[in-house]
Amino acid sequence: MSAEKITRMANQIAQFMETKPHAEGVALLASHINDFWDPRMRRQLFELLDAGGAEFRPLVRDAASAIRRPVVEQAA
Amino acid sequence: MKDFIIPDRDFGTPASKSKTMVTLTIDGFDVTVPEGTSIMRAAAEIGISVPKLCASDNMEAFGSCRLCLVEIEGRNGTPASCTTPVAPGLKVKTQTGKLKDLRRGVMELYISDHPLDCLTCAANGDCELQDMAGAVGLRDVRYEAAPKGEFANHFTVKNTSGEANPQWLPKDNSNPYFAYDPAKCIVCSRCVRACEEVQGTFALTIEGRGFDSRVSFGAKTDDALASDCVSCGACVQACPTATLTEKSVIDIGTPDRSIITTCAYCGVGCSFKAEMRGDELVRMTPYKHGKANRGHSCVKGRFAYGYATHQDRILKPMIRDSIDQPWQEVSWAEAMEFAAAKMKGIQAKYGRNSVGVITSSRCTNEETYLVQKLTRAVFMNNNTDTCARVCHSPTGYGLGQTFGTSAGTQDFDSVEESDVIMVIGANPSAAHPVFASRMKKRLRAGAKLIVVDPRRTETVEGPHYKAAHHLALTPGTNVAVVSAIAHVIVTEKLYDEEFIRTRCDWDEFQDYAEFISTPNHSPEATEILTGVPAEELRKAARLYAGGGNGAIYYGLGVTEHSQGSTTVIGIANLAMLTGNIGRKGVGVNPLRGQNNVQGSCDMGSFPHELPGYRHVKNPEVRAIYEAAWGVTIDPEPGLRIPNMLDAAVEGTFKGLYCQGEDILQSDPDTHHVAAGLAAMECVIVHDLFLNETANYAHVFFPGSSFLEKDGTFTNAERRINMVRKVMAPKQGYADWEVTQLFANAMGAGWNYTHPSQIMEEIAMTTPSFAGVNYEKLETMGSVQWPCNEKAPEGTPLMHIDGFVRGKGKFIRTEYVATDEKTGPRFPLLLTTGRILSQYNVGAQTRRTANVVWHDEDVLEIHPHDAENRGVHEGDFVRLASRSGETTLRATITDKVSPGVVYTTFHHPDTQANVITTDFSDWATNCPEYKVTAVQVSPSNGPSEWQEEYAAQAALSRRILAAE
Repeated sequence: MSAEKITRMANQIAQFMETKPHAEGVALLASHINDFWDPRMRRQLFELLDAGGAEFRPLVRDAASAIRRPVVEQAA
Repeated sequence: MKDFIIPDRDFGTPASKSKTMVTLTIDGFDVTVPEGTSIMRAAAEIGISVPKLCASDNMEAFGSCRLCLVEIEGRNGTPASCTTPVAPGLKVKTQTGKLKDLRRGVMELYISDHPLDCLTCAANGDCELQDMAGAVGLRDVRYEAAPKGEFANHFTVKNTSGEANPQWLPKDNSNPYFAYDPAKCIVCSRCVRACEEVQGTFALTIEGRGFDSRVSFGAKTDDALASDCVSCGACVQACPTATLTEKSVIDIGTPDRSIITTCAYCGVGCSFKAEMRGDELVRMTPYKHGKANRGHSCVKGRFAYGYATHQDRILKPMIRDSIDQPWQEVSWAEAMEFAAAKMKGIQAKYGRNSVGVITSSRCTNEETYLVQKLTRAVFMNNNTDTCARVCHSPTGYGLGQTFGTSAGTQDFDSVEESDVIMVIGANPSAAHPVFASRMKKRLRAGAKLIVVDPRRTETVEGPHYKAAHHLALTPGTNVAVVSAIAHVIVTEKLYDEEFIRTRCDWDEFQDYAEFISTPNHSPEATEILTGVPAEELRKAARLYAGGGNGAIYYGLGVTEHSQGSTTVIGIANLAMLTGNIGRKGVGVNPLRGQNNVQGSCDMGSFPHELPGYRHVKNPEVRAIYEAAWGVTIDPEPGLRIPNMLDAAVEGTFKGLYCQGEDILQSDPDTHHVAAGLAAMECVIVHDLFLNETANYAHVFFPGSSFLEKDGTFTNAERRINMVRKVMAPKQGYADWEVTQLFANAMGAGWNYTHPSQIMEEIAMTTPSFAGVNYEKLETMGSVQWPCNEKAPEGTPLMHIDGFVRGKGKFIRTEYVATDEKTGPRFPLLLTTGRILSQYNVGAQTRRTANVVWHDEDVLEIHPHDAENRGVHEGDFVRLASRSGETTLRATITDKVSPGVVYTTFHHPDTQANVITTDFSDWATNCPEYKVTAVQVSPSNGPSEWQEEYAAQAALSRRILAAE
């Protein structure tokens, strides 16, 4: 998936969660991504976040530590 | 003798809803019935059938045929039993010498102007006129039609002098499905009344008076096809003679048995009788006791079943190594071996998660369950999704968050008790016609209608009703409109405080009230975004909040947006604010698109949840399936359809088993879908036809139609209806058997021998289905989930005493404009929808005579926008967005506002989805079909893409027969 798409999707979720109190928004954003994003999407998310993640809304960056890092699947 | 079918008993007049009971005597027998019941119906209750021709219990009594006369002790004359209500102590006689003479006389007059060609008549054996002639003992007709035509009659072409008989009218064969033969008409008015009372179209009328009375499709020059007729079949069903007859009955003859089954078109889930002769389907007639449709139907379910035997159907499995090769027909065993080897190879090379499935919302619950089980228990991942992703996934999320279940709250009967009906982003007149008819009946009786839709749809206004408020919003501003309605309700204190205090979380309400009360949510502030006049919106909000029972019905105009889930949450907020939840006549009701989209969601088709909406992360839920299936279930969510395509383009997703869905045509941004499919190494398509997706497939499993298998569908009311096999699968296997063969080729070792065993497994593992089994469905006809120990007979209304999640949850709904914006290059907004006669991608309906109503997709454009661009009615226009371009014909109409254009997506030659973008709902990735910035300009013919596509499709569909 393109970096642009990952960024847009994460930011869209953030925009919804930003209406909530900050701590709740962070928790819900993280759990939303944990619940609905397959590991390879989360891997791509972390590639961008680990590179600085300036394109993300602050709430995404704040939630990063609560998002599960995927275990890299090894192809046989 | 006429005994080929046990007919559904007709009680003559509708049941009375009164609670007061009345006792009277009929032919010496006491009978107790509700006040308001007709004498005819009361007699029928004790098994006495008073002869009748114009009465039918699905419409009001009319009193015109004068056959149902009775005598009442102490009353003068011989009143018609259909129009005379019961009264306490009445003594009624239905059979006396006087009555017999009168009836025989009436019958004699009827027959005097009716052709006696019974032996060659299409209604032979299925004619109420014939039955009544027998019932009244008609033995002689003194007033025979004059053999030389001296007197006028309605049924011979010419008299012997060669002059035209001015009373004679030719047959009207213009409708593809039924014929109107005026010669057979007895002017009972049942067809006219069915069109008015049952369907609500008012296309038929009686023209002229006395002997000149004729049934007419509107004006004298109108034939059935040119009239307002929507071909629902209600008139054909009502006709007691051969005047209105299915052409299939004229061609084949009368059926000899009938089997109750469920329609495979939209989410209303109408029950039908498949009337058969041998294994030939003679006709489909709506089943009177079907709880979703109550004996009504639409043109699709009633008539458009011919696709099941269409010559395009593929009946042999086919394989090929690459998509530029022609198809090779093979045996089932070879196809299975080939497909399993490919999928195993892909998993070995690219990993366990490199393959997945798409379950079908067209197939049965049992089939869907098996397909998701295939990915979870055989492929060992959670890469399963279904077309609900692209329609109602935001419903699942939004209602799950607020109420605790992802389904509608009511049954369809509930609409009979609604006072205010708000329809948001849906056009039931075209897409859910049988529900629309039931809703319009209530509207004609005085309920108020609010429509929120960018277009002035057929639902906005109809015969004898008109929406009190039509909020014609700019596409993409649903959240702003719904929030503005909530703003009015909260700031004008129209909310139901007691309901909120007892049923919802009060703190969350206060937080929400504070949020929504700010002036930026007021209709005055949002008017500039939404285009909805503030005063009109305020009036609509007041009506919904204060007009009595308020029900919301919504469709894909709500969900298919970047903020689809937010709008669903906003709708749930509205219902909770006004206390419109938990009783008849109210509620929040998603109108589901496909026949089993509810069921496919229930059955665990989504990549993050197992059957019954339970997340795969929960170890206790996984444990149930791990025990039942003997495997370890992956706790990570799998890929959703758009994610699968992205992963395919990226190279990590290589194999797909796609059952009964045409993602290439139905999913947005066709170029992207095509690129994804082309990047895969094994695409298995399981379908009736070589659909568009099959152009990119390596394996084709031929599918079976809904007539060829047993199983269940679950409709928008959560109603589980039986689907019954009425003929053997033409390609050899029901779809569940095909999935099982494939799973076993992959090494699964499944051994289901009947779908009832699959349902047993579903019931065993899913709490909301715990009480469901085929035996119960056979006895009850249908059942609405949850069906378990707490509700052994199912649950027609949800959230009666409390929400499933406990307290109803108010959630803030901030409007965020979509990124899809108009600008100088693409100044118009395109929105998409459906038309009555066609269904979804049209794979079925395009293969029926329904194409007479809609043989191509057209672009609706406002006169101002058309004039600016030099576009005339019927011109070819180029429709372009940043995703792609296509061409189609334009039609100029003010149904759409200036700045908005609209089209349907039923035809692959147009492919409206070449235009739509890959933007999607924030929560569920449901695509934003309903808003695309476009430009329209005159064009000379097909776009380059259309020509390339047609060439590729033709190449891809070549088939080499087996040696």
